[in-house]
Amino acid sequence: MSQGDLLHVVTADDISDGRRRFGRAIVWGAALVVAGVAAAQAAQQSGLADFGFTTWRPTLYAYILWAICLCWSQVLIRGEQGKRTLFVLPAALFVISLTVFPLLFAILIALSNWNLSGTRQFNGFDNIRQMWSDPFYWNALKNMVWYSLAILVEYAIAFGLALLLNAEIRARKFFRVAFLLPLMLSPVAVSWMVGKSMLELRFGPVARFFRWLGWDSPSFFGSPEIARLTIMILDAWTFIPFMMIMILAGLQAIPKELTEAARVDGASPWRSFWEVTFPLMLPVSVTAVLIRIIFKLKLADIVINLTAGGPGGATDTVTSFIFREYRDRSNVGYGTLLAMVYLVIIIIVMTVLMKIAERFTRPQT
Amino acid sequence: MSERIFRDGEADLSFRAGRFAGKTLIYLLLIAWAIVCLFPIYWTITTSFKTAPNVMQGALIPWIDYTPAWLGWRSLGLSPETIGAESTVRDEFMKRFYNSAITSVVSSSLAVILGSLAAYGLSRFSYRFGFMRNSDISFFFLSQLILPPVVLALPFLVLYKQLALLDTRIGLIMLYTLTVLPIVIWIMRDQFASIPTELEEAALVDGLSIWGAFLAIILPIALPGMMAAFILSLVLTWNEYFFAALLTSTHANTLPVMVASQTGSQGISWWSMAALSFAAIVPLIVIGVLLERYLIKGMTAGAVK
Repeated sequence: MSQGDLLHVVTADDISDGRRRFGRAIVWGAALVVAGVAAAQAAQQSGLADFGFTTWRPTLYAYILWAICLCWSQVLIRGEQGKRTLFVLPAALFVISLTVFPLLFAILIALSNWNLSGTRQFNGFDNIRQMWSDPFYWNALKNMVWYSLAILVEYAIAFGLALLLNAEIRARKFFRVAFLLPLMLSPVAVSWMVGKSMLELRFGPVARFFRWLGWDSPSFFGSPEIARLTIMILDAWTFIPFMMIMILAGLQAIPKELTEAARVDGASPWRSFWEVTFPLMLPVSVTAVLIRIIFKLKLADIVINLTAGGPGGATDTVTSFIFREYRDRSNVGYGTLLAMVYLVIIIIVMTVLMKIAERFTRPQT
Repeated sequence: MSERIFRDGEADLSFRAGRFAGKTLIYLLLIAWAIVCLFPIYWTITTSFKTAPNVMQGALIPWIDYTPAWLGWRSLGLSPETIGAESTVRDEFMKRFYNSAITSVVSSSLAVILGSLAAYGLSRFSYRFGFMRNSDISFFFLSQLILPPVVLALPFLVLYKQLALLDTRIGLIMLYTLTVLPIVIWIMRDQFASIPTELEEAALVDGLSIWGAFLAIILPIALPGMMAAFILSLVLTWNEYFFAALLTSTHANTLPVMVASQTGSQGISWWSMAALSFAAIVPLIVIGVLLERYLIKGMTAGAVK
């Protein structure tokens, strides 16, 4: 992005020294209030004095006051320039206070043994050692690789559907809405009504359909491989529309002349797809797949509700594993460590993928 | 005998038949996938009108395979006979529905307001926050997208416990806003970039302030984009389960949590489960059918240049 304002505004700010001083005063004053309240609460927490606090809420209120003062002072101190800052500052403050602080806090929790009821004990690297020898965590990570690989199949199906929708058909709007609907359904409702009711072995329509096809005793969650496949299919069912819509938008942006030219030159539809359409769709495809990977890495709802990770952890995702780790053992410290390690892995993998993707999407000259 | 010079080639003669076959194939595939997409919804609706024997037989078509009954809806207090009467189940359901509606609408609105402002600022002015310049700030916002919820979940659990925000709607709203904010910024940045700066320049010359120009000129133009961002956020927050399951217990739990906790002691009563599931998904089906245009706009933002 270019540096320098796109919107040039010339303003003569006449800010008096008094106003500037007042601006600084309210920021530092509010910061002092935050520090004071936090110190008082910390003192009470450690039993030094009793101020009658029951929760840490006063510190939260003081912090909000400080945030408001910071925004206000920008205008007081820097005039017009400050008003511009005001566009970004609220969102930035919001995100920083809701991610950076909890993440720092998370590092602290991750290195301790804590089950919420007792007190927090710092236990150094014990959690890391435990993670290293925890087969279920590695198994969950391995499952995530499988789940992510399934995106390639999802992508192929989504591309096919987008091509169908892009063909000259009637009732396109009906089909588009129908194809979009699975995305709108709550994954929890889907896992109950589709996963548990439709796949129910005795009366479920899908099970009966498979029996009719000749699979004598269909079982969708019996063996590890089939259970994982079922979860993949369910998740694919909800998210294929997402990729389909993105690819469809890409297809519609391709000028008709290009495919027509290919046809005039005598290319078969198959070749014109691979040599004209597909290369042109590469940037959109890469974006769609990357976003889909991001969503896939958060997969949990269906697994938690349908299989709870079973059989034998075959369908576990990292998120559902940590969820159970907390639910069953309320082990906050260990769970947080697993989550942090997962985050680090995700950041590394996504960075590498984005670097590779950049190469693909760069306009070819 | 000379051959005709102008004639239909082999390829052209077979063209019509091939074209017809191709069309049929396309429609068959489209219909097949439409069935795959719509059948679960149909199954949910029909199951909510079944009784236990109907469910066990796996009846499919109402009035032919079975006679519809209000069993499922009665268990929610929403059938014709029970709708007038007092019903604790219905109160419970309405409370969850209300929780879901409040959290999703408020957090989506909040995200759209914060996100639009930030996206507008980033698309128009150059900032320096310490070492961070515009592109770094944009990246900072968008990078939140890859943050998996599970990383935040447990620290938030502990923090909220200290702040007495556990099991409150405000707590959920803050988290939901955080999770959809990067998506909103992504969509809105695309929107604002497509609006020419000359519009604001004219407004500024006419004596409006920066904020005045933004509110009076840009906001109305960007409204469809904001609508798209809002709808997409609404879908994501309405369906959110993970945070809601962790952070709420009795007061603030949302519909997905209620759906997930429906296992009775004598197995699952599918009819009431279906009624509940259907009630949970119906608002979004309505939105999806009516506002599909905005949803698609939201999802394709930034994908096609």
